[in-house]
Amino acid sequence: MSEQKRNLKLHPPRVPMPEVAPEERIKGFMEVPLGYTEEQARLEAERCLDCKNPKCVAGCPVNIDIPKFLKEIREGRYEDAARTLRETNSLPAICGRVCPQEEQCEARCIEGIKHDPVAVGNLERWVADWEREHGAIPLPEIPEPTGYKVAIVGSGPAGLTVAGDLAKLGHDVTVFEALHRPAGVLAYGIPEFRLPRMIVNSEIDYITRLGVKFVFNVVVGVTVTLDELFAEGYHTIFIGTGAGLPKMMNVPGENCVGVFSANEFLTRVNLLGASKFPEYDTPILDSRHTVVVGGGNTAMDAARIAKRLNGQKVSLVYRRSIDELPARKEEVHHAQAEGIEFNLLCNPTEVLGDENHIITGIRCVRMALGEPDDSGRRRPEPIPGSEFVLDCDAVVVAIGNSPNPILTKATPDLEVTKWGTLKIDADTGATSKSGVYAGGDIVSGAATVILAMGAGRTAAAAMHRYMMGLPRPLRQMAS
Amino acid sequence: MDGYRIVRDRSLAEKIREYWIEAPMVAKKHRAGQFVIIRLHEHGERIPFTVVQTEAEKGLIRLISQSVGKTTEEFTDYHTGDSILDVVGPLGLATHMENWGELVVVAGGVGAAPLLPIVKSAKGSGNQVHAIIGARSKNLMILEDEFREVCDEVRVCTDDGSHGSKGLVTDVLRSWAAEGKKFAFGITAGPVIMMKATAEAMRDLSIPGLASLNPIMVDGTGMCGACRVTVHGKTRFACVEGPEFDALGVDFHELILRNRAYRKQEMEALDHYHSEGCRLLKAAQELAHV
Ligand SMILES: Cc1cc2nc3c(=O)[nH]c(=O)nc-3n(C[C@H](O)[C@H](O)[C@H](O)COP(=O)(O)OP(=O)(O)OC[C@H]3O[C@@H](n4cnc5c(N)ncnc54)[C@H](O)[C@@H]3O)c2cc1C
Ligand SMILES: Cc1cc2nc3c(=O)[nH]c(=O)nc-3n(C[C@H](O)[C@H](O)[C@H](O)COP(=O)(O)OP(=O)(O)OC[C@H]3O[C@@H](n4cnc5c(N)ncnc54)[C@H](O)[C@@H]3O)c2cc1C
Ligand code: SF4
Ligand code: SF4
Ligand code: FES
Repeated sequence: MSEQKRNLKLHPPRVPMPEVAPEERIKGFMEVPLGYTEEQARLEAERCLDCKNPKCVAGCPVNIDIPKFLKEIREGRYEDAARTLRETNSLPAICGRVCPQEEQCEARCIEGIKHDPVAVGNLERWVADWEREHGAIPLPEIPEPTGYKVAIVGSGPAGLTVAGDLAKLGHDVTVFEALHRPAGVLAYGIPEFRLPRMIVNSEIDYITRLGVKFVFNVVVGVTVTLDELFAEGYHTIFIGTGAGLPKMMNVPGENCVGVFSANEFLTRVNLLGASKFPEYDTPILDSRHTVVVGGGNTAMDAARIAKRLNGQKVSLVYRRSIDELPARKEEVHHAQAEGIEFNLLCNPTEVLGDENHIITGIRCVRMALGEPDDSGRRRPEPIPGSEFVLDCDAVVVAIGNSPNPILTKATPDLEVTKWGTLKIDADTGATSKSGVYAGGDIVSGAATVILAMGAGRTAAAAMHRYMMGLPRPLRQMAS
Repeated sequence: MDGYRIVRDRSLAEKIREYWIEAPMVAKKHRAGQFVIIRLHEHGERIPFTVVQTEAEKGLIRLISQSVGKTTEEFTDYHTGDSILDVVGPLGLATHMENWGELVVVAGGVGAAPLLPIVKSAKGSGNQVHAIIGARSKNLMILEDEFREVCDEVRVCTDDGSHGSKGLVTDVLRSWAAEGKKFAFGITAGPVIMMKATAEAMRDLSIPGLASLNPIMVDGTGMCGACRVTVHGKTRFACVEGPEFDALGVDFHELILRNRAYRKQEMEALDHYHSEGCRLLKAAQELAHV
């Protein structure tokens, strides 16, 4: 169908994402949304109005040319669509799955003002999957090596973006990662049923084919310092160490056996394979009723994982109401459909344990919403005398993460804020230490994949300019 | 890199082996009191070991492992020339060192391993170093000669009296003090129950000091909180704020109970490993017969 003939007045409803049924999916870690078929993708792309002033683009933190790639889908030019995505987004298969689209591109969609917004995220995913399934992702042409060496600290989305961008410009890039596997939260945090490992691996493979080297088991600041990296000949360094320090509740009984930080719970399962114990050596407690405290993506992920570990009963405890839940709406629906019980407007006050320090329950108090606080959300306040006990044998604390201080403590000339995040120049990502740039959760505090990537993109551009202004490396002059 | 190569290994005592492993970045940076986390293979668990010694020029670190469960048992099948998949470190804080004057270290079993680098460092800082090494019996005692080389005096004891005096390390500590010896500082490492008793003795004898704790760990970089311990009523992450803490402030009871958390799964893992082992052995025997 040619563009002119499209009847845009029909406003057909959004093509729903096919999903595995809840009773089926809780039996394992298979991906829940199945993805569009080619036909569904074409149909959904038809809904785009091809706006002259496409607001959706402004809503995307990396400004993907959305009307362009949707048009390319409509015309069956899928390779071009994939290229359009990769122009500004190096991890489209991941963003199409985990971006909070409903608050970004789709929130601004003009079709969405009166009707359903175009499913930009679902279509981004479809194109990226199509590209992967049709052979290796083609490599861009890489210029002659510049001879400049770049060290990246942390292999989360921020670090991976910088690595990819600078390798494409001909720089010699090495990523140092503290864990034994790359991808940061994408590997240890977000579970397989939302982001299959195969997708992450294929993106890492792409970055490796661009010439990026990975060195695991290196805690920068401890195993090697930033100054030592400079002394080894690196010309510039990017810090993308994320926000990995778990906040705890600070209530009595919190160190009972059976109380985990979400990070521990997620790491055991996602990074170390605890759901396959004893095939894998890392165990996870065998619980009958797990209570997850918190309301963000991390809490939903932990709750849904718990549900999949032998179909146990899982409850969520969150101190505000359903409207304030910070998790993506889609994830809240998934969690509810999977039978997770929501205890809203209540807050833990104590973890109860037996004489062996093993958890037996969690005491909570009911909350009421009072006056709005600084964030504009109504502040929850405890209702006196409303305490009650939930009997349970595991608690997962998912109330947020702050920046991990290992690197910043070891590097006194890096300026930090009172929240422990790194101070940077917003236009370039430059830190207070010469030649050192930063971005992602270590700068913003816990945020999103796409924002970390956007920050990486900004820093990569500035790092490139910085290096090109340095004296040519010896190797280059000799040749 | 394809893992970290074992260049030497040998048995030190029943169920205790030592390994010299190529890990140049760790060897270069390590200071007394720090540890590494290793993972043997792709299905492996991350487990911590103290770095007992290094040869920085050769890029080697020395680990000593006692078999207590699945992973440490499996480690005994790794020998010279084999590689282990991951080694990360050096983790934790280096032991706070000063010249206390008269220092006593109290080691129980494999606790001698983390204390060896500490006594060397303490000696270098000008301390008089006294060591008490205890084990269940003679065939479980390790590193005695190496302690004797560095320390001003070493006393050993065994539960069954098969070597040194018969009794517990705390008996030795108390009797040594009763002889009139004034210790200015003490450091202890070993099974938690033994550290608990030692801390009580230290309190009675007014010896301030440290205990080197061994909680369950996962990442070892402050990310997971599995290693939470309570010290003076406050929660601390042992992997980044320890592993040594004020011996008189540690809630040892809690640590004992937390370390038991996975007992059921640990037994299951070991059973599974042994049955796998039997299966493999049978398969190998069958092949040999053909
Ligand atoms: C459970 C969970 C679910 C989430 N779900 C979503 C979602 O659905 N959508 C979304 O957009 N966002 C989501 N987020 C947030 C998102 O994952 C993060 O904002 C994003 O990953 C931040 O990227 P980053 O590169 O800054 O850091 P990270 O992804 O945290 O990566 C940092 C990396 O640096 C390494 N590192 C740290 N210190 C050192 C050091 N000293 N030396 C070497 N390496 C080091 C870490 O091991 C890690 O691999 C979720 C987060 C969590 C925890
Ligand atoms: C900082 C530190 C330094 C250590 N140094 C040494 C050393 O030099 N030599 C040595 O032999 N042992 C050392 N350990 C103890 C060693 O890590 C454990 O014995 C080992 O993890 C047991 O694993 P497993 O699978 O064989 O046994 P499992 O069957 O898993 O457990 C047996 C017992 O070991 C403890 N344990 C289990 N998992 C862990 C874990 N991830 N971390 C810590 N303890 C655990 C538990 O208390 C459990 O009851 C150290 C521990 C810490 C925390
Ligand atoms: S990257 Fe995220 S915000 Fe941008 S178009 Fe894709 S789904 Fe939307
Ligand atoms: S705003 Fe919506 S309708 Fe307009 S171009 Fe973007 S996706 Fe299409
Ligand atoms: S082992 Fe994970 S925080 Fe200490």
